[in-house]
Amino acid sequence: MSDLSASVAVPSMRRSHLQVKLLEWLRSGLAILTVVICLVGVWYLAVMPMNIHTALTDAERAGAVIQPETAAARRDLGGVGLLLNNFDHAGATFNQDRPRLPSPHQVVEELWDTTVGKRITSKRSLVYHGWITLSATLLGFGIGTVAGILLAIGIVHNRAMDMSVMPWAIASQTIPILAIAPMIIVVLNSIGMQGLVPKAMISAYLSFFPVVVGMVAGLRSPEVSQLDLMHTYSASRNQVFWRLRLPASMPFLFTSLKVGIAASLIGAIVGELPTGAVEGLGARLLAGSYYGQTIQIWSALFGAAILAASMVAIIGWIQKLTLSRMGMLR
Amino acid sequence: MSFAETTVRVDKRVPWLAVLGVPLAIIAFWDWRLAAILAVWLGAWAVNVQLANRSNQRLLVAAIFGITILVLWEMVVQLYEVPLVILPPPSEIAVKFAASTDILWRDFVQTFVKGALSGYIIGCSAAVLMAIAVDRSPFLQAGLLPVGNFMAALPIIGTAPILVMWFGFGWQSKAAVVVVMVFFPVLVNAVQGLHAADKMQRDLMHTYAASYWQGLFKLRLPAAMPFIFNGLKIASTLALIGAIVAEFFGSPTVGMGFRISVSVGQLQLDMVWASITVAAVAGSAFYGAVAYTEKRVTFWHPSQRG
Repeated sequence: MSDLSASVAVPSMRRSHLQVKLLEWLRSGLAILTVVICLVGVWYLAVMPMNIHTALTDAERAGAVIQPETAAARRDLGGVGLLLNNFDHAGATFNQDRPRLPSPHQVVEELWDTTVGKRITSKRSLVYHGWITLSATLLGFGIGTVAGILLAIGIVHNRAMDMSVMPWAIASQTIPILAIAPMIIVVLNSIGMQGLVPKAMISAYLSFFPVVVGMVAGLRSPEVSQLDLMHTYSASRNQVFWRLRLPASMPFLFTSLKVGIAASLIGAIVGELPTGAVEGLGARLLAGSYYGQTIQIWSALFGAAILAASMVAIIGWIQKLTLSRMGMLR
Repeated sequence: MSFAETTVRVDKRVPWLAVLGVPLAIIAFWDWRLAAILAVWLGAWAVNVQLANRSNQRLLVAAIFGITILVLWEMVVQLYEVPLVILPPPSEIAVKFAASTDILWRDFVQTFVKGALSGYIIGCSAAVLMAIAVDRSPFLQAGLLPVGNFMAALPIIGTAPILVMWFGFGWQSKAAVVVVMVFFPVLVNAVQGLHAADKMQRDLMHTYAASYWQGLFKLRLPAAMPFIFNGLKIASTLALIGAIVAEFFGSPTVGMGFRISVSVGQLQLDMVWASITVAAVAGSAFYGAVAYTEKRVTFWHPSQRG
């Protein structure tokens, strides 16, 4: 039924290709916006019961009458019930100094303050901390990717290596590798390595295996008929690699790079936790949780999210550019 | 296997021995320990090359490789007398493991059974239910898919300090971290999976006058299973990571993450490695269990019929 109407409608409407594309964009943009607005709405709603206890304590000190009257009596009561009994104090939940759950505008404000409002060399600038984490991430990601690609090339060309290493590479993906991060940091610390390098090693380790597995699949993706064609050209192993296997592996490579960079960032952040580092997004998380600075935790979290999203987006953009230049993108 | 890979195999054993034997002898003069390590490595590698080229015993080759790594590790630590606080040898780790099975078991129950498993079950069921709930609204799906994909790529592990602050130091906060971590990968896969049944099949259900729920349970959920299990497999590794890392932010005096961070502080690296062994075995077994269930449930799918 819908197919029929579409085939009739298209010639009469005569929408241009651009218009159709624009409409699709608008529709998906609107859908995403709706979901995001819903999430923010839920967040604001959740702020009220989460922070009502401290809000009521403050109001009581200011002399307001509250149901029930003492903080001790309120302590074990649920946030929702308290909120409904004292709804006129709900406004005070949105702008506390140390809320259990900061409201969205507080987080945005803090993000703005610590990125645009501070010099980037300042210890209080999120850009500064973000760069500390990002540099470790990128260094580790670079090392892990290069090593992963090299190992994948070895695995594809050497049967013994394939049968020895590949099962372990796959099995290692099911192991919580992140659990050894503290040990790597502390051990490297004890032999005198500090700062960037230990974090980068964890990042490299985390991005290494996705790249190996993806690249092996990619280098093996040419079909038998394509390999046979190369054989009829009497192509050498080198030629088969450079002209067929490597180009064919590109979509796989980019997909695993996206997984790898996200894993690298997580590795760098977790790498900052165990030694009580003072710089970096992980250190901001840790310091925030020690001192109850919830707004700082949330802004570090969003900083990390923005970093992760933009790096994945950059790789996606390079992927699109490369694949369309190579004619592999339809 | 293709033409390009099965080119003529020349037996290179004899020149290999000559080419490698001479440098080994020279190295032996300079440092006999290095020569011994290299000799073991090359010997095991030669066995593997032989096995790989002449037979198809994948398990054996992989096992030899793994054992060789352990032997080399042991040799490096023993011969060069690496201090225990930097890298304990596998034998020490095995001894420690055997001596502290009761502690490791309690850690395992606390972190894996109480934290990871309960969070995994709650998070995955919530994600599948959510996918079914938005299933009737293409508009919500169009919005939820990109947002879910976006969230799945984020370092959600960073919510651990917040959730530990909210739910306390007990296993509940670990379960909460796991719920948040596994939710989005499973949600994205489930939403995509519910579209996997093709139009012809759905039309067939329509001609049977099947209700929405009949169509869901008899066609679309089974058809979505390969996708859902893909999400469940990703989530199985995330669950253990979430539970362990959340314990770095605060926990009772039991748990794998607690054991690792405390033992690192006391420089008891053999205990750390023993805990990591437990984590590795638990992670692989969990993944294996999910993969086995997948095999039983989606036996009809081309990828499982092999």
